[in-house]
Amino acid sequence: MIMPAAESLSSRHLIGIEGLSPAEIELLLDLSDHYVDFNRSPNKKGDALRGRTIINVFFENSTRTRTSFELAGKRLGADVINISPEVSSVRKGETLLDTALTLDAMHADLLVVRHPESGAVGLISQKVRCSVVNGGDGAHEHPTQALLDALAIRRRKGRLSGLVVAICGDILHSRVARSNMILLRTMGAEVRLVAPPTLLPTEVERYGVSIHTDLLEGLKDADIVMMLRLQQERMRGSFVPSTAEYFRFFGLDSIKLSMAKPDALIMHPGPMNRGVEIDSDVADDINRSLIQEQVEMGVAVRMACLDLLTRHLRGNKGPAE
Amino acid sequence: MKRIFFQNARILDPASNLDVVGGLLVEGSIIADFGPHLDKAPADADVIDCQGLCLSPGLVDIRVHLCEPGEEHKETIDGLSAAAARGGITTVVGLPNTDPPIDDAAVVEFVARRAREVRGVKIFVYGAATRGFDGKRLTEMGLLKEAGAKAFTDGDVAIADAIMMRRVLSYASGFDALVIQHPEEPTLTASAVATEGEYATRLGLPAAPSAAEVIMVERDMRLVEMTGARYHAAHISTGAAAKEIAAAKRRGLDVTADTAPVYFSLNETELLEYRTFAKLSPPLRSEEDRRAIVQALKEGVIDIIASDHWPQDQESKRLPFAQANPGTVGVETLLPVSLELVHRGEIELLDLLAKLTVNPAKLLDLPGGTLTQGGPADIVLFDIDRPFCIDADSLSSKSKNSAFDGRPVQGLVIVTMVDGRLVYDGRKTG
Repeated sequence: MIMPAAESLSSRHLIGIEGLSPAEIELLLDLSDHYVDFNRSPNKKGDALRGRTIINVFFENSTRTRTSFELAGKRLGADVINISPEVSSVRKGETLLDTALTLDAMHADLLVVRHPESGAVGLISQKVRCSVVNGGDGAHEHPTQALLDALAIRRRKGRLSGLVVAICGDILHSRVARSNMILLRTMGAEVRLVAPPTLLPTEVERYGVSIHTDLLEGLKDADIVMMLRLQQERMRGSFVPSTAEYFRFFGLDSIKLSMAKPDALIMHPGPMNRGVEIDSDVADDINRSLIQEQVEMGVAVRMACLDLLTRHLRGNKGPAE
Repeated sequence: MKRIFFQNARILDPASNLDVVGGLLVEGSIIADFGPHLDKAPADADVIDCQGLCLSPGLVDIRVHLCEPGEEHKETIDGLSAAAARGGITTVVGLPNTDPPIDDAAVVEFVARRAREVRGVKIFVYGAATRGFDGKRLTEMGLLKEAGAKAFTDGDVAIADAIMMRRVLSYASGFDALVIQHPEEPTLTASAVATEGEYATRLGLPAAPSAAEVIMVERDMRLVEMTGARYHAAHISTGAAAKEIAAAKRRGLDVTADTAPVYFSLNETELLEYRTFAKLSPPLRSEEDRRAIVQALKEGVIDIIASDHWPQDQESKRLPFAQANPGTVGVETLLPVSLELVHRGEIELLDLLAKLTVNPAKLLDLPGGTLTQGGPADIVLFDIDRPFCIDADSLSSKSKNSAFDGRPVQGLVIVTMVDGRLVYDGRKTG
């Protein structure tokens, strides 16, 4: 795909993959590559964001994503603080927008927000002066996860375009799936969704993806197998009858994986339910599993996002060296 | 290999629209050949002289209550098999409302093992659609299907909750599995034992409007349209529901329906004298609805006739009407009562037989249901004209609760064969 190189993002927020151009995605991934190398070097402390304040506002529990953002901010030299309004002001009855305005009044330069309701992060971004990065909102988007997945794939396969990616599992409740579908389709990959029909949202084929209710069929000749977490808390309900049946038909093991290409790679956004959606011998296969690499890519991608979104504050200086 | 030759039979095969006089040769467990060209018995074959009587695929009855496990005092797998064989049935499919219910693959395997031991008619089962028929939790349909469950249903309980029915249909469609509904809106039928109308009013029985059936079918059709699932409406008993099924078929939905002989041969007047043997689920309807069901059979709106065989012991039936259990035994009366439609000139014989053989076999992907070279020798020989009175006391079934006791009918089963084995032979007694 030939596209004009982008030098900055067209929006000061990163709310979703939706709306990003292929060039913007390439820009983010290229810069992320730079930060992967940076993170692997002995001196991991940059100063591009020195004096900047980043607030991680997590209305929903998270360890992995919050830590990743925190590390990203600190490695760029920013002051990073974390707050969990769920257990503070919200309990005292403060509305979402009041919380947002309070944070804005503290002169944060960037907010990273995660919220259990779809659209809530976008709503906050409309009310504050600083940049907002979506750390995951409801079942809507989780853009940095999709970017880190794309980075992990691109580094191993050399490209995104033309690859066959099977996204398997609880698509219905997954913001990761939505962001990934958009990104992968934008970059020219073929995307297949594999799930029981009860875990597929209506008209999801409109993303330009194909639908499979048979895992073997969906995995056939795939380059990438992306497993999603089955939300255990929803398991016993009426979406899926049991973990035993789910694992039998939709869990990834080495036999089912043999349907995919011999060099197919396995991904999982974590945290994994071993024995539910993925068998340990597949998850831990160092030759096939990208799961640990995804975590590493996460920090680099988030550094790239923080860097790019704050450049206008710094007279468009380049990345941290 | 053992060879059995049916000589001089009127061979009827609804699947191929065949109605000819000829012979049929069984070798081992399969049909080796049949047709008018077979007029002489091979030298080494046992010969059954059919004397021009009807020879058709064995009946496939897709709705029976097994009673075993859990209610062996009402019926056992052995007893069911013997009664079905006597009724000309070669394959039955049992509902999952046993105790324990068939909501676990182990129970499917239990029934399959019992059927192998009994070695009578072929016995298959449905899996429950929700665990313990609670209408809230999906069953392991994939594992149940692998174990042999033929479709999914909550038996005589409607899957009432709309979101749950949607998920049942949706989840089943992932395994290309059929969902069978007992269509009745339970909030309307809660304590009802009869259909609303003059008879229920005069008898003073708690009754529900017949619309309870079509209300559930209408809702289900919307959900089927939404999910693209395969759906079968069991024992349709009202003209309104039949109309709704017809409309759904015209819209191209993958929908089928069955009815039971009671709904095209009896009406609510049977309830007079508080006859608990005529207490059924759904309850008997008006004469107008009965006629509508006959019409729906004629027009092909209703694809299948199933017995709805439901044994009940004396203790469950000799009770005040409202307290008695619903149900009638039906496997032994399925054929003669259905043949009334032919004798009255309502339906062509092959058309009727299709609803008792090939249609149900195709719907559930069951063996038999048609006569084919190399196919299983599942066959019934019957005398279509032989008159007799149904006598509940002389039925094979362990339970004698027949709604048809005393009814004069025509059409007696002479021989029933399953996989080349004679599972019923009435030549000596007949």
